Amino acid sequence: MFQNLTDRLQSVFSKLTGRGKLSEADVDAAMREVRMALLEADVNFKVVKEFVAKVRERAVGADVMQSLTPGQMVVKIVLEELTALMGGNEARLALSGRVPNVIMLVGLQGAGKTTAVAKLANLLRKQGKRPLMVACDVYRPAAIDQLEALGRELDIPVYRGEGTDAVAIAREGVKNAVDRLRDLVIIDTAGRLHVDEEMMDEAAQIKTAVRPEQVLMVVDAMTGQDAVNAASAFAERVDFDGVIISKLDGDARGGAALSIRAVTGKPVLFASVGEKTDNLEVFRPDGMARRILGMGDVVSLIEKAQEAFDETTAADAEERLRAGSFTLDDFLGQLRQLKKMGSIKDIMAMIPGANKLPKDAEIDEHALVRTEAIIQSMTARERVKPSVINGSRRERIAAGAGVTVYDVNQMLKQFAQAQKMVKQMGSQQGKRKRRGMGMPGMPF
Amino acid sequence: MSAWLDRLTQGLSRTREQLSGQLNVLLGRGPDVDEAFWTDLEDALIGADMGVVAVNEMVERLRDAAKRQALPDARAVLEHLAAEIAAELRRPDTEDFIAASPSTVLVVGINGTGKTTTVGKLAKAAADEGRTVLIGSADTFRAAAVEQLHIWADRAGVPIVESERGTDPASVAFDAVKRAALTGTDLLLVDTAGRLHTSRDLMAELSKVKRIVERESAAPVHTLLVMDATTGQNGLTQAREFNSAVGVDAIALTKLDGTAKGGIAVAVVRELGIPILRIGVGEGADDLKPFDPEEFAAALVGLG
Ligand SMILES: Nc1nc2c(ncn2[C@@H]2O[C@H](COP(=O)(O)OP(=O)(O)OP(=O)(O)O)[C@@H](O)[C@H]2O)c(=O)[nH]1
Ligand SMILES: [Mg+2]
Repeated sequence: MFQNLTDRLQSVFSKLTGRGKLSEADVDAAMREVRMALLEADVNFKVVKEFVAKVRERAVGADVMQSLTPGQMVVKIVLEELTALMGGNEARLALSGRVPNVIMLVGLQGAGKTTAVAKLANLLRKQGKRPLMVACDVYRPAAIDQLEALGRELDIPVYRGEGTDAVAIAREGVKNAVDRLRDLVIIDTAGRLHVDEEMMDEAAQIKTAVRPEQVLMVVDAMTGQDAVNAASAFAERVDFDGVIISKLDGDARGGAALSIRAVTGKPVLFASVGEKTDNLEVFRPDGMARRILGMGDVVSLIEKAQEAFDETTAADAEERLRAGSFTLDDFLGQLRQLKKMGSIKDIMAMIPGANKLPKDAEIDEHALVRTEAIIQSMTARERVKPSVINGSRRERIAAGAGVTVYDVNQMLKQFAQAQKMVKQMGSQQGKRKRRGMGMPGMPF
Repeated sequence: MSAWLDRLTQGLSRTREQLSGQLNVLLGRGPDVDEAFWTDLEDALIGADMGVVAVNEMVERLRDAAKRQALPDARAVLEHLAAEIAAELRRPDTEDFIAASPSTVLVVGINGTGKTTTVGKLAKAAADEGRTVLIGSADTFRAAAVEQLHIWADRAGVPIVESERGTDPASVAFDAVKRAALTGTDLLLVDTAGRLHTSRDLMAELSKVKRIVERESAAPVHTLLVMDATTGQNGLTQAREFNSAVGVDAIALTKLDGTAKGGIAVAVVRELGIPILRIGVGEGADDLKPFDPEEFAAALVGLG
């Protein structure tokens, strides 16, 4: 696995105890590590060169702040510069007063355009828009069917034209939106190679025909060095306005996002983080900078947690908590909230320092699944009153959950601890309103 | 659809022209093997997604070799490197299980790498050779995945076993294997849903599909990982995870008709010993080629 930059720099600077200014030699050694980290994150090598040169200039002779080690000081400078390069403040989707507004998505094959169209439509509908999706990928087999199926799922209308003229379909799609009183059109286009003249021409023609407010390029987060070639060509031929970075729920560092920003100047607007239609988020440059360096993304973590936390469950659990009757059902409910946040490994990847955990301290994700299975194998009465769970019940539950009796015992022990904790918290808190994550005694 | 194919072939030849225009940057700068040459070579290899650590080692070794063997000029150095990479990529013990009969091939990979298209191309090629082919559609997740595969099956003129969206992929795979055995199929191709290697649930689901297929298939079962040539360093992690979940026997490297070189595949072959069997060079039915290590290595170092 890749080492994160802080760790790398820690070892570079471990020989140094002195404070004061960063020397040229120190900075050079640090820059070698920064370069490696960025290249391993798939930032384009040309971008890395420029970036490192810039950071070096700023770092040499810089005062090391009182509270920081030289390594931390370099990380601070690198992070600041990287965030600035990523675009500083969050860029926004620029729409106009025209009705309907038009957004067009472009990109290479397999980047995730069609799903992104549906996700974007879903997101913007939540913000009060009435979207129509237009299927202009007349090449890939069943691409139009795919968009239609997504439309049905979301209950968002889809315009599918006739024939194979993508430009005409786009034009008619916009007209169709007017007829249907839709105020937003999102156009799905075929995946195309940036070196395919004719197809690039088609994209440019669609753009001319419908004059979209925004053209967004969908880029796979796993893309390597070639991202800049593709993005430059798309910038030149269709002059897109922003980027949707897809498949960010994987573990790729996503250096392509940085490269594209650096080379084309186009901001990343959205991040696609899962296969579900609500897995589209507003992109955060600072979080991305940390991710590229392997330094965790606390902000995203907090957001994810908040989203996953279902208010009703929270209120419910809180009620019981105050009454001191936190049952296994509540425990299960909280577990499920946690699971909604994504795989534990994903979450851990966002916590700074968590990737420093030794291998054997790795979180046992199966424990979650196991605990869920165990509780599900209990009767309603057992869940409310675990004290009735005797030896033979334990055996039955273990068999039902496909675990050992030992696992059941462990789980019950953990729950008892959790319950005790909850009781204490409940009495301490009294009537004070408590919101947020309440996950006492999780099995890890 | 013929307009579609026309467009494609035209696009492809243009791609090649563009590529050859870009090639030989390293040769174009003259025969001298100076410091600037080594720096440029390093950049070119990193730019081909070979990975910075691997490139450092490679260039180190190459510098040595250049000195020891007194390689006369830039071309000689590049040829030496290409030969070295080709040797690594060549796996003489590789069995082309796709060409064998009977054979069951499970096609897996990340979302959007080209699995379905590759299944379509493989089906077409095998059917053209007069082999009996059956396609199993175990992507019961993605919208219109079955419809897409259906069109490919029609193009190849081969039957398909499919099921409702949302059904257990393992059960479709089961049906496909049964049907293949009943009909004396030479080649059964099972398409699966794209999935991220980081999703435990989906990887477990895939293992289950593999288990069922292995249990039920009388024909030998192999797994083909479809990798996108534009993938960066994460490609190695992908291959590792898929390999540990289902065991990967070979790789199909797609989208080599773009400008990406697919250097990460070298890392995969090196670390996991998984051979590359096919390359994808376009969206058409005939755009799947056998993998040629020499050609690939030459293109990688800019000698293509
Ligand atoms: N240029 C090019 N495009 C390809 C190649 N192989 C596949 N594609 C395109 O890549 C896109 C995705 O291909 P699919 O076959 O649908 O990919 P998949 O892996 O089945 O995708 P999911 O099932 O959604 O995960 C399509 O637009 C294909 O036409 C190739 O070798 N070159
Ligand atoms: Mg598919």
